[in-house]
Amino acid sequence: MGIKNLGQQGIVFAVFTALFPIFAIALPGFLTTANMLTLLQNVAVLGILGLAMAIVVIGRGIDISLIAALAVPPGLVLQMVQDGHSLSISLAAAFALSIAFGLVNGWLIAYAEVPSLFTTLASGLFLAGLGQAALFKLDVVQWSPGLDGFEKLGQGNLLGIPMPVVMFALACIAVAFLLRQTRLGAYIYAIGDNPNGARVTGIPTRPIIVLQYVMAALIGCAAGLIMASSVNSMPTRIFNSTLIYDVILVVVLGGIGLSGGRGGVVNVIIGTLLIGTMLNGMTIMDVSYSGQNLVKGVVLLIAVITDSFLNPRNEETAQQGDI
Amino acid sequence: MTIYGRTFTTTAFGIGLMIAACAPALAQKGLDEPFQAAFKEALAGKTVAYIPVAMNFDLTEGWFAGVKKELEPYGMKVVVRDPNWSTNAGAQALTTLISEKPAAIIVHNPDVQTYAKLMQRAENEGIYIIQVNMGSVYRSSAFVGANWIEIGERDTEAVVKACAGKSNKIAIVQGALSAAASAYTLKGVENVLAKHPEVKVVSSQAADWDAAKAKAITQTVLKQNPDLCGIVGFWDGMDIGTAAAVKEAGLTGKVFVATSGGGERRGACELVKSGAFDLVLSYDVPTQAEQMAGMIKWLVSSGVKPGSVKGSMYTTLIPVTKENAGSETACWNLSDLKK
Repeated sequence: MGIKNLGQQGIVFAVFTALFPIFAIALPGFLTTANMLTLLQNVAVLGILGLAMAIVVIGRGIDISLIAALAVPPGLVLQMVQDGHSLSISLAAAFALSIAFGLVNGWLIAYAEVPSLFTTLASGLFLAGLGQAALFKLDVVQWSPGLDGFEKLGQGNLLGIPMPVVMFALACIAVAFLLRQTRLGAYIYAIGDNPNGARVTGIPTRPIIVLQYVMAALIGCAAGLIMASSVNSMPTRIFNSTLIYDVILVVVLGGIGLSGGRGGVVNVIIGTLLIGTMLNGMTIMDVSYSGQNLVKGVVLLIAVITDSFLNPRNEETAQQGDI
Repeated sequence: MTIYGRTFTTTAFGIGLMIAACAPALAQKGLDEPFQAAFKEALAGKTVAYIPVAMNFDLTEGWFAGVKKELEPYGMKVVVRDPNWSTNAGAQALTTLISEKPAAIIVHNPDVQTYAKLMQRAENEGIYIIQVNMGSVYRSSAFVGANWIEIGERDTEAVVKACAGKSNKIAIVQGALSAAASAYTLKGVENVLAKHPEVKVVSSQAADWDAAKAKAITQTVLKQNPDLCGIVGFWDGMDIGTAAAVKEAGLTGKVFVATSGGGERRGACELVKSGAFDLVLSYDVPTQAEQMAGMIKWLVSSGVKPGSVKGSMYTTLIPVTKENAGSETACWNLSDLKK
């Protein structure tokens, strides 16, 4: 692969491979097993969300409501257990809520043909509002004794590997299998590449689009459960944070074009690793919060600018719907 | 005692008896207390508006419930305008309220500047402004709230004390950089550290009041400095994450975690009991609510011109530790306050 053919994915990987040895040499304590696991653990939830976003983006959509799906159903679990319901019933309610939410998103996008950006922007607000107004007593839903044992999902470890990392790995394998080995996965790529063409060839595009959003909502819910059990509470206010930009960043930075039909799980992993390395290195260096944002912004700009230099857009390569 | 002394005592006792005997006769007519009617009249039908940074968390819900409980029985109306973390929406709400002319507005500032001019205008228009917990550069009729400098100092002193004879390495988990409460607390931390040059700060980072970020930072710091002896956190809601990282590293009890908060039972006492926190400096929300309500009663009934008197009521902090975390009085329940 010549430098001319180096895509976004290659560039980001190059940045990552450049940054990593620098940190490893310059920062004592960076390249230790314990710190590597911490690094992965800190970005595991982000990575899982990236996978959910990847499924939707590959199918030429976007899911801005992902953070609401992360915050509200798991928050419901914590609230219901706090109110005295059993853990299994609470989990069932949360998954039902996630599926219903995914179905509404998918139906609006696939059947009512509302653009995904606007649909999920509004539905996310709706779900977060519903949570605040009707489901939760406080923004931060606290852990309660009824959940004891469940915190293993976020705090336990398997053979010394923290559970969030294990869950991220499992999610990567599951999503990679779905996208690469199943017919459904092939259909998602086809729809992302050319929706009309896919429909003409007889692919049931609308149900598959609905399914994408249901999967995204369920993965979001799982990520939320991991996050809640990791910090022993569900700060539902996270919906108002900039987390969704980080998720889109991981996906786009990794090289999954927003125009759909391109990329895969590897891209999400690369994007996640780069973000994780930067965050971890800068925390060790005790860089101030604003300093961290500055560095993050500069690295991203460099990656994007290099990409547009090496792979200039023209009429031939530009796709409809390219952002 | 001499015989004269005893006679005097007996006489005094006799006179006392006579008065006591006459008193019921007077009381049958009843005696009007001359001030309460005016007090009731001054309060009845008046409105108190409340602008927190957002509802739905223990502090702001607690203040609202407490103030309502105190003032509603006197016929006052307590209304809330929830800007939900938007400074703009808060400023708009304040502007609208000025034209609606409530008797008093309780303001919870998101920063030290934004509302300052508006609050001054409100007081010129005859509305009492009571600021709570996060003050602005404009000092209004009353400020009720925690002294953040003191919180920073006392939390750090506890951590420094716990570190004595250990590694002397500490970490600081700040709130949001833009928040005055966080910056003031940091100043308090610095004040104490200036007196203890032996203590080394290995990390001082902002976690944006976010538990997940606090956990990520603390995990990395603990991996780099497993001999860390203490952490100064800036808010219990965020430091759940800090404590989770300490627990995961198996260092609970070895790393002293000091933080502060409103003292809600699940947010403070339960976590101290479980060993997650070693010290929570509580600014006891129900007391703050009572003090705000008290200020409003006093101001409205006094008829003093808004802005002509200015005073502060810094909250007396309750240190919640293992010793008192189990007691009924150290913490409060939001559900009880709402009853």
